[in-house]
Amino acid sequence: MRSVERLTLAHLWAGFAAFAVACVLGVWQMWVRSPLTAPLSTPDHYYQSVTAHGVAMAYLLTTFFVMGFGYYVAETSLSRPLPGKGWAWTAYVLSLAGALTAAIPILLNKATVLYTFYPPLTGSALFYLGLVLVVVGSWIWCALMLIAMGQWRRDHPGEAVPLAMFGTTANAVMWLWTTVGVAAEVLFLILPAALGLTQTIDVGLSRTLFSWTLHAIVYFWLIPAYIAFYTMAPAEAGGRLYSDTMGRLTFVLFLIYSLPVGMHHLFMDPEHATGFKFLQMTLTVLVAVPTLLTVFTISASMEVAGRLRGGTGLFGWIRALPWERPMVLATGLAFFMLWFGGGGGLVNMSFGMNAMVHNTSWVTAHFHLIFGGTVVIMYFAIAYSIWPKLTGWQSPNVSLQRLQLWLWAIGMMVMTLPWHYLGLQGQWRRVATFDYTNPLIAPWGKWVVFSLIGGLILLLSAALFIYNLAIMHRQPARKATTSQSYALALHPPHHVPASLNGFRLWNAVVLVLMLLAYGYPIAQFFINPAPGAVVHRVD
Amino acid sequence: MPIASERDVLRSEFRWGLLTAAAVGLIFLAILTAALAWQINPPSNVELIDPKTLHLSGEFTEDNLGTQVQGDSVTIRMIASQFAFLPRCVVAPQDRPVTLRLVSPDVIHGILVTGTNVNTMVVPGYVSQVHTTFTRTGDLLMPCHEFCGMGHSQMWATIRVVEPDAFTPDAQGRVACAQR
Repeated sequence: MRSVERLTLAHLWAGFAAFAVACVLGVWQMWVRSPLTAPLSTPDHYYQSVTAHGVAMAYLLTTFFVMGFGYYVAETSLSRPLPGKGWAWTAYVLSLAGALTAAIPILLNKATVLYTFYPPLTGSALFYLGLVLVVVGSWIWCALMLIAMGQWRRDHPGEAVPLAMFGTTANAVMWLWTTVGVAAEVLFLILPAALGLTQTIDVGLSRTLFSWTLHAIVYFWLIPAYIAFYTMAPAEAGGRLYSDTMGRLTFVLFLIYSLPVGMHHLFMDPEHATGFKFLQMTLTVLVAVPTLLTVFTISASMEVAGRLRGGTGLFGWIRALPWERPMVLATGLAFFMLWFGGGGGLVNMSFGMNAMVHNTSWVTAHFHLIFGGTVVIMYFAIAYSIWPKLTGWQSPNVSLQRLQLWLWAIGMMVMTLPWHYLGLQGQWRRVATFDYTNPLIAPWGKWVVFSLIGGLILLLSAALFIYNLAIMHRQPARKATTSQSYALALHPPHHVPASLNGFRLWNAVVLVLMLLAYGYPIAQFFINPAPGAVVHRVD
Repeated sequence: MPIASERDVLRSEFRWGLLTAAAVGLIFLAILTAALAWQINPPSNVELIDPKTLHLSGEFTEDNLGTQVQGDSVTIRMIASQFAFLPRCVVAPQDRPVTLRLVSPDVIHGILVTGTNVNTMVVPGYVSQVHTTFTRTGDLLMPCHEFCGMGHSQMWATIRVVEPDAFTPDAQGRVACAQR
C-alpha cells in the first residue's frame, strides 16, 4: 500500500465512523418524536443526540471525506506524488483531535446547542475549540490542494488541469472563503462568551456571520458528488464526458454563487431589511444554473455510453447502461433524489413563500434529500469505486453494494416524503416530543411512524455499507487493479482559457459579490449596534 | 453511433443553456410578481429593542401585552421567553388585518401559526413584526419553532380567531382570552 492510500483510508474511515454513529442517533430521534414509546426519551438526551447527529454528519463525515478524497484525486488525476504528505498527516491528527475534543462536552451534555450553535446559548469552550481544530486541519488540506495544482501547472504550462483536480481545487478555494464567516463568529463572538470574557452577544451579527458559511458549506459537501458525476460515472458507464468545459464552468459557478446567498437562511429574521434579502435571493436563483447544466451534461454523457453499448431509440440507451455497476446505479438514484430535493429547495428560496415552510419539517426533508440522499449516496459510490484501489482487494459481492444503494434511496424517500407533507401541515422543527393528544397534532402521528420506517431502512443500509467496505480489507477478496481512470471528454480540451484553468479571476469576482451582498448587512451591526443579549450558559 | 462533432456539442449546450436561462428566469419572475405585485415579502422591519430592559418600561410592559385595538388597527404584542409565551392565549378577529409584534428577553425563538403563512424568527435585540389576516375561526396553534433550550418542545401559545361580532374590545381597546 502506497502512502496516499493509507492517508485516504484513514480519512474516509474517520468520516464513516462518525456517519455510523450519527445514523443510529438519527433513528432514535425519529422514534422519540413518534407516538411510540422510545427508551431514554428525555429532552436532555434528545437535544444532546441532535447536537451529536448534526456535528457528526455535517462537520465530520463531510470534512474527513472531502479531505481524504481530495488527497486521492490530487495524486491519481495529476499522476504525481502528493506534495507535503507530512503536513497532510498533521492536518489529519489535528482534525481527529479536534473531533474528539468536541465529542467530550457533547457526551457530558455540556454543549447541547445543536451544531448550528444558537448564541446566546453557550456551551463548553472545548466544544468550539474542538471544531476550530477540525477547520484548521481542513485549511491545511486547502493549502495542499492549491500547492498540488500549482506544481502540476508549473510543470505542464498551457495544459488543462484535469477536471477532477480542477473541481477539487475549486472546492478548496471555496472552503477558504466559506469558513471565514463561522470562524469570525466563533473566534470573536462565541469563544469569548464561552470563556467568560464577555457577558453579552450581538445575536444579529452572529447569525449573519453564520449565514455566510451556511449555504456554501453545503456545496463543500456536494462537490465530491459532482466530481464523481463528471469524471467517474461516465468512465464506469463505458462512455465519455460530453463536455469538459461545462464541468469547469459548473465548478466555477459553484464557487461564485454559493457564497453571496447565505442570507436566504435569514429571510424570516428581523435583523435585515427587505432589500438585501431580495438581492441575495436573486443570487440564490442563479445557483440553480450549475445544477441544471450538470443534469444536461451528465445525461448526455450517459447517452453517449448507452449508445456505445448498443442502445438505440429515444430512450433505449437508458436500458443499455451498465446499471449493475454501483457508480452508474448511484448516479441514477442520486439524480432521482435531486429532482425532489431541488424542487423543494425552489420553494425554500422563494422569498415570500419561505414563510410557508421556514423551520418546518419541509426544510429538514429538503436537506436530508439533497445531502443525505444525493450527496451521501455518491460518497458511497465513490467509496465502492476507489476502495479496491486503496486496499488492493476487490469486493467478493458487488450485489450487496447494489442492495445497499437501493435501500438507501428507498429509505430516504420513505423518510422524507412524509416530512415534506408534515411540514406543509405546520409540523415545526427541533421538537423532542409532540403532544399527540392535541387534535391538531394527532393526525400527524401515523406519518411520523411511516417516516420512522424509512429511518430503519436507512440504518440497515448504513450497516450494510460498513460491512461492504470491511470485506474489501480481507485477503480472500480478489486482487484488484490499483490504477484510477477518469472519464475522458468527447473532445479533450486542447486549449482552455486561463479563466477556466485557475481561480485568480474568480476570487476577484467572489470578493466583489461578497462586498456587495454582505458589506452593508455586516457593517450595519457596527454603525448602529443592537443591544446585546445576555449569554445563557448550558454547561 | 456517430460521435457528435465539437460544433454539435457546443450547439446542444447552447440550446440547453437557453432552456436553463428560461427556467430560471421564469422562477425569478414568479417571485418578483409575488413580492412587488402581491406584496408577499418576508417580515423585515429592522427595529431595535434592549432585551435586558424591554419588560421594565415602554411597549412590552405586562399590561400592554395581548390584543389591543386602536382605531381600525389591531395589534397583538407578545413576549417569547424560555419556555413560554406571554400571554399564552391571544384573541384575533376574523377577516381583519392584524399586526403581530414579538420580542425576546433571553435567547432566539421563532413562531409559526399552523394553517397560516405567519412565520418569523424572534431574535433578542429586535422587534419582530408580522402583518396577517386570519380567515378561519378557531384556536390556532402557535409553537416556538426555533431551538431555545431544554423546554423548547413545551413552548407554544394559542391564537383564538373569533368572528367579527364576537370581537368586542373593552373601554381600553383590549381583548383577552380569559374575558370570553
